[in-house]
Amino acid sequence: MFASIFGALESGIIFAIMALGVYLSFRVLDFPDLTVDGSFVTGAGTAAAMITRGLDPILATACGTLAGFIAGCFTGLLHTKGKIHALLSGILMMIALWSINLRIMEDAANIPLLGKHTLMTEMADFAKITGLDASLNAALKAVGLGESLPRTWGILILMLALTLIIKMLNDWFLQTEIGLVLRATGDNKRMSRSFSANTDRLTILGLGLANAWVALSGAIYAQYGGFADIGMGVGMIIVGLASVIIGEALFGTKTIARTTLAVIGGAIIYRIVVTLALRIEFFKPGDLKLITAVIVVLALVVPKAVDNRREKRRRKRRQAPADDRNREAEQRAAT
Amino acid sequence: MLQLKNVHKVFNEGQPDERVALAGIDLELKSGDFVTVIGSNGAGKSTLMNVITGVLAPDAGEIWMDGKEVTRLPEFKRSARIGRVFQDPMAGTAASLTIEENLSIAFTRNKTRTLARGVTKKRRAFFRERLAELNLGLENRLTAKVGSLSGGERQALSLLMATLTYPSLLLLDEHTAALDPARAALIAEMTERIVRASRLTTLMVTHNMQQAIALGNRLVMMDAGRIVAAFDEEEKKTLTIEKLLAVFQQMRSAASDRLLLNAFPPGAGLPGQGGE
Repeated sequence: MFASIFGALESGIIFAIMALGVYLSFRVLDFPDLTVDGSFVTGAGTAAAMITRGLDPILATACGTLAGFIAGCFTGLLHTKGKIHALLSGILMMIALWSINLRIMEDAANIPLLGKHTLMTEMADFAKITGLDASLNAALKAVGLGESLPRTWGILILMLALTLIIKMLNDWFLQTEIGLVLRATGDNKRMSRSFSANTDRLTILGLGLANAWVALSGAIYAQYGGFADIGMGVGMIIVGLASVIIGEALFGTKTIARTTLAVIGGAIIYRIVVTLALRIEFFKPGDLKLITAVIVVLALVVPKAVDNRREKRRRKRRQAPADDRNREAEQRAAT
Repeated sequence: MLQLKNVHKVFNEGQPDERVALAGIDLELKSGDFVTVIGSNGAGKSTLMNVITGVLAPDAGEIWMDGKEVTRLPEFKRSARIGRVFQDPMAGTAASLTIEENLSIAFTRNKTRTLARGVTKKRRAFFRERLAELNLGLENRLTAKVGSLSGGERQALSLLMATLTYPSLLLLDEHTAALDPARAALIAEMTERIVRASRLTTLMVTHNMQQAIALGNRLVMMDAGRIVAAFDEEEKKTLTIEKLLAVFQQMRSAASDRLLLNAFPPGAGLPGQGGE
């Protein structure tokens, strides 16, 4: 139980980077970008292919991120210069990326990374050498959770740090002069253009950035899971969307910093919910996508249903005194 | 300052629903001019605005600004020097951004935007000062999202944003039409004050004849894509709504005469007439 929650926490934090990308495209740019399913694999495949060639894992991860940025820019080009509908440009790019990803992965549908020197082994080494593992495990034993100690704390802690750095980079960027007009472009294109913003270029930049985060998440996830697979991106956009919606519903959207924190929280909670659901005997691993879809539907429908109920109850309360008065009047008339 | 030379624009050319929106517009605004434009629906006022701002490209003719031709310059480049207030109070601001963030976007319109912070302490002080001039108390709500403002407040903010950097040209597109009478009067008064204080060259489209006469130093009347009447500073001083209506009726009847002549071209013979 502890081990699976721990794993959910680790992968949730990795997926949070992807969710931050989805937040950029879906919420900030108001652009339903389906490129994500492809660019996640682009990041994973680029990193995996480079790592198997013996290149430095940090360089490999950076190149994966850059590849995602380029993919996102192409989606933006299709939409702004090609005047193709937003959804369709994303789908087109996603399909095109399938073939490109196969090329990147040198025609292998799966690249195993077990036993290779990756970011994850580096993080685990770091935790071991600095004594982080030993001290935290001792603390766990002290509170009586000694029987299921995690393999390493390095991944959790360093990934959390990385995710928070990405979050702060995002927050900072959205407050810069360019960031502000980018947000205005997603909010009101006409206004944005009337204040001399090149909305085409900003849309391209925003989509590039969003997909860079997605690809970074993919590159890290490949190293975490120990493989890159051509099909690992299927349904990724829904996972990202689920994280954004759950996070916003639970933690609020008052400021940008708050919202991006909420998105990270949403990604982690989503992972934990899925992990717990899969522990129920009835479900098979193949049910994962269905569970995801149901979670997103619930996250979209439940808040509205709660609002409706509240509204109905409020109206009833206002109605009740009037009913009482009517009844009194009837009684008086009867006597 | 602004010069339009024989500007034409036709929609759906060669199709059954062809519509001539601008049929040879010649208009010149001198620096500091405040020109009001009136005309009925479909007269071409909105198309005129869109051609000046670069939303639409004219089919023929030239547009010059500050001594340079801008006919083919894209909208976002032109808008560094053109301030605009739209009819819809929602159109001129970004609702999900705060007041100070919106003002920062307006402030950087004629500068190269960088990765520097959008709202700095210095800028915030300047925004507060300028907002205070509106007398709406907005200077105390700098970090409020613009979506939470009323229509009148949003339009006042739009006006301030449009004029913040003293653009070469200010375009007002029926910017009081969507407000209640009290707010409309307030915004009109604000407009006059700001335009006069900064000596902005202004072009204002309006449906309101009273407003068209009250504001500005020149007035032009449009109909069927043409400027059918123009009043300069001297003529405008003695202009009344009655006079304006009379001119308008005259133009209208002339226009319908023209329509009649077009329907029965010479030589085809008018009904009940034995021909020429």
